[in-house]
Parts: sequence; C-alpha cells; structure tokens
Amino acid sequence: MSQPTKPRKLRKFNLRLAIGLTIVTILAAGSLILPFFTSVDPAAQGTYLKNLPPSAKHLLGTNALGQDIFWYLVFAVRNSLLLGVTVSIGITAISTFLGLSAGFIGGWYERVVVVFMDTFITIPVLPILIVLGAIVRGNTSFFVVAAILIVFGWAWNARTIRSMALTLREREFINMARFSGAGVMPIIGREIFPYVYAFMVVGFINTILFAINTEAALAVIGLSNVVIPTLGSIIFWALNYNAIMIGQPLWIIAPIVTTVALFLGLFLTSTGYNELFAERRGVA
Amino acid sequence: MKLAQYVVQRFIGYLLVLFIGITITFFLPRLMPGDPINNYISQVQARAGQSLSAEATQQLRDSLAELYGLQGDIFTQYRNYLARVVRLDFGPSFTYYPEPVSNILLDAMPWTAGLLITTTLLSWLIGNSIGLIAGYFNKRRWATVLEVVGIILYPIPYYILALVVILLFAYWIALFPLSPTFLPGPMTWNKAVSIIYNSFLPALTLILAGFGWNVLAMKALAVATKEDAYVQFARLKGTTDRTRMTNYVFRNAMLPQITALVLSLGFIFNGAIQTEVIFSYPGIGMTMRAAAGAGDYNLLYGAIILTIFSVATAALILDLIYPLFDPRIRLGG
Repeated sequence: MSQPTKPRKLRKFNLRLAIGLTIVTILAAGSLILPFFTSVDPAAQGTYLKNLPPSAKHLLGTNALGQDIFWYLVFAVRNSLLLGVTVSIGITAISTFLGLSAGFIGGWYERVVVVFMDTFITIPVLPILIVLGAIVRGNTSFFVVAAILIVFGWAWNARTIRSMALTLREREFINMARFSGAGVMPIIGREIFPYVYAFMVVGFINTILFAINTEAALAVIGLSNVVIPTLGSIIFWALNYNAIMIGQPLWIIAPIVTTVALFLGLFLTSTGYNELFAERRGVA
Repeated sequence: MKLAQYVVQRFIGYLLVLFIGITITFFLPRLMPGDPINNYISQVQARAGQSLSAEATQQLRDSLAELYGLQGDIFTQYRNYLARVVRLDFGPSFTYYPEPVSNILLDAMPWTAGLLITTTLLSWLIGNSIGLIAGYFNKRRWATVLEVVGIILYPIPYYILALVVILLFAYWIALFPLSPTFLPGPMTWNKAVSIIYNSFLPALTLILAGFGWNVLAMKALAVATKEDAYVQFARLKGTTDRTRMTNYVFRNAMLPQITALVLSLGFIFNGAIQTEVIFSYPGIGMTMRAAAGAGDYNLLYGAIILTIFSVATAALILDLIYPLFDPRIRLGG
C-alpha cells in the first residue's frame, strides 16, 4: 500500500468546488486556446482605429492606444495565470521541503527556518518589489518578478506545513514506521506526504492568487513590466488614459470583472477542495 | 515567570526580524541585474545628448556612489548602511534636495498610520462581530447570506476594491472627490472634517478588504466553539444567548483572530500602498511610488526601512498585548 489515504469515490457534491472549477476552467481554457486563433500582437499599438465601440469585430471595442480590448484581456489572463502557476510551483516545492524538514529535523535547523519564516511573513513584499522595480526602471523582466515572489512568498505555506508536520510527528503510525527501521526520507515520502498533499493543493491555488495579485498590484501602480499584457497592466493603461472620462468604460470594467471572476473562482476552488477533503478525511 | 519568558522571546524575535529585513533590503538590490548609478547616468545622458563629457560622467558617477554609500567593498558598505539605519539618517532626498529623507517620511507617516490603524481596527471589530453573530446563529438564512458576502469580498484584491469604490462613489454617484485635497495650515475643525471626508473612500476600501476574511474566519471559529462543552454548560446554567456569544464564544474565538491579524499585517500594508497610490493619498505608499518614479533611492530606502520597522513593531505590540486576552500565557497555565 503506497498510498494509504487514496481518495475514495466522490461522496458528496461540493457546490463551492463546482462553481470555482467551472469559472477557472472557462478562464484558463479560453485564455490558453484563444491566442492560437489570432496572429495580431494584442500589445502592438495602433493596430486598429482608436476608441471604437463594441461590435462583432471588436467584442469589447478598442482602446485609446488602438488595441482590441478583448484580445488584450485574453492575453492578460493567460500571462497572469502562467506567472501565477510558475510562482506557485516554486513556492509549493520550497515551502513543502522547508516546512516538512523543519518539523521533522527540529533542533537548531528548525529554529533558523522559523526565524526566517517569521521574517518573511512580517516583511511586506510590495515595497521590496517597488524598490527593485525602481532600480531596474520598468525593465523588470517577468522572470525577475516571479523569482522575487518566490523568495518572499514561501513562508506562509511553509508555516502551515511545519505545524502539520509537528502534529504528525507524534502520531502512532509514524512511530510505527520509525521503529520498523524506516529512514527520515521514506517516512516523509510515504507516510507524511499523503497527509500534507491536500493542503499542498489548497496552498498551491492560494499561492496562484497571491502571485497574480501582487504582480497586478505592482503593474497597476506602473512598476511592473507594463508592456506585457497582464491583469494589472491593462488597468494601468486604462487609468493612464482615463478610460471612463474618454467614454471607454469597458476598458476598465472588463478587466475588473475578469479579475473578480478569476479570483473568486480560484478561491472557491481552494475552499471547496478543502471542505471536500475534510469530509473525506472524516471517513478515512 | 512564563509571561516574562514570552515577552523576552517576542522581543528577540522582533530584533531578528528587523535585522534580517534590513539586511535583505541591503543585499537584494545588489543581486539584481543592472546598477542604479548606470541607470541614472544613462537617463541623464539621454536628456543631455552628446554634451556630457567623459570626465563629467565620471564625476557624476563618483558623487552618486558617495551619496548612495556605494564606496568601498561590500562589507564596508553594509557597515555604513547599518550605522545609518540605526541613526535614522537616510541622507537628503534627490527630488526635494536638500530636504532630509527623514523629514519627508515624518510628514507622510501620520497619514498612513492614521488610515491604517483606524481601518484595521474597524475592519477587525466589524468583521469579527458580524462573523460571530453569523456563526452563532449559523442555522439562519441571513447567516448564509453574510457568509456569501464574505466569500465574494475576501479574494478581491485591494486595487480592484479601490477602483470599484471610485467608480461607484466618485463617478457614478459623485458623493466623494476622485482624489483628496487637503486644506493647508494648522489643524482646525474644518480641516479635521475635510480630512475625514477626503479619507472616507480609501478607508472604505481598506475596511471592505479586511472585512471578508474576518467574517469567514470568525464564523467558522464561532460555529466550532459554540458546540464546546463549556458553552453547553453555560446554556444549561441559564445564561442568555448574548452572554454566551460574547463572554463564552467570542473570548475564545478571538484568540486565533488576533494571531491572524498579526500574521496579515504585512499583507495589509501592501494593500495600503495600493490604495494610497490609486487615491493619491499623501502617505508612505504614495511617497514610495513617487520616489520610485523619480529614482530617488535615498527616499525609497528610508521608506522601506520605515515600512519594515512599522510592520514589525505593530506585530510586536499585538504580541505583547496578547497575554491580556489569553490568561494561559499570563498566568502560566
């Protein structure tokens, strides 16, 4: 038996998870597939006439820079999601490793990790990104933003995983494995991981939210790379060109609605999954 | 005895957070590609065209290196940097030369502090009260409605809330100004009123943003706590719903909520920066944005050190008043 807590069949329909997954799937699939059907660079300026109203050709109209708002938004969702997933993969790996190892190894190693955890939870990441954004002067590559988000974002998840590890350490079946002569690594891999796995899924989704949110916040105030379409840069340009005042409210309302839908979808997916897993854990 | 140990532990933790935070802000920019001085010089060259001689460029480079404390090897720089942080001396601002950075930050600080302290307290109190009632009466229909409101509000980022609030209350129903204007001069009654009026929308944004989490978390805690044996015992003793809700359920359920507040302070500060910039509110966040745009690194560094210091200190204060609410730490149980 390699996976003692292998999920049983779906016992109960979870409304939150269903709504969340539907929203996320539509947005993710749409933004990943649609770009194959256009050859126009959505960020190129002056491709179309400026400030056209919505029509069959331009679903959401065009903006003051002569870009198609709908297509810009599609690429924005795609780029933001890709950034979120990349950062989340990095953070989940680092936080799981540090959280589990701190919880199980203990001693000085744990104390050092905990001090860094507390520090990184306390320090607000946005000011740091603002300083770095100022130093590289708007040439912030996406890669650098992702790296910084990983460096400053691992602590939250690691904290939760460490506390899970602390309670698991004292459980009977862990002692059993230990007395049977299993090493630290096999115990973590075979006995602990299945327990931590559910939180990793929840943490993974929440981290996507964190990453998209932070990059977008940086872009909205003009300090990320605003040339690349993201959910933040589209709002940055709309604000810069006073979208509402020039009679192009969709330019700003469309990304707001999309962002709310995406964030709500991700949040419902993570809490719904958590609920579902809690129910399963109850019967396991 | 246990209390003293707790206080000492927290204080050492506080000093470590400050030290590590300040150290990271020193080293991180130095690991970044590109160098602020070269960036700045290429900017100046772009503006001045060919008229800048090689000698003048070198002079500019030297004086910038001196100004930013970039002379000597990295350990000398680091020592000088720490010394300056301890003396709270961040040098002159570039944009407002020769105004010292500390003066500019002192002017901006009350705005951010006032806005953040008010909204964080209000948001915590209102959110937790609503969450408590919704959790205590969780079988009622309106409790579910409140939870749904919390679920919708919680994941929305600060900048989106700020924009929605502006669209609703400054464009659609023009109740409030788009960006605040404050009366100059000494504090009078009129000025106080205008500050409150102009701060209303940014404050509303921050309260709404913190509200969702507090409602959701408190509701979950209250639902779990009200089934506990001591609450059932109190019910059998004949206490009223109100007493059980406040004196029994809330007193225990608030403890994790205080911890959650401590942990989210950094996040709340991120939100304050976004809100200030979008509303052009004259606090630390706005100062940072302006300094970043102008390449005013002294001001930027002062602001980030102040940020780390403020957030860490706020967390320490909350940690230190925590024993007042939790007798287990106070009395050593």
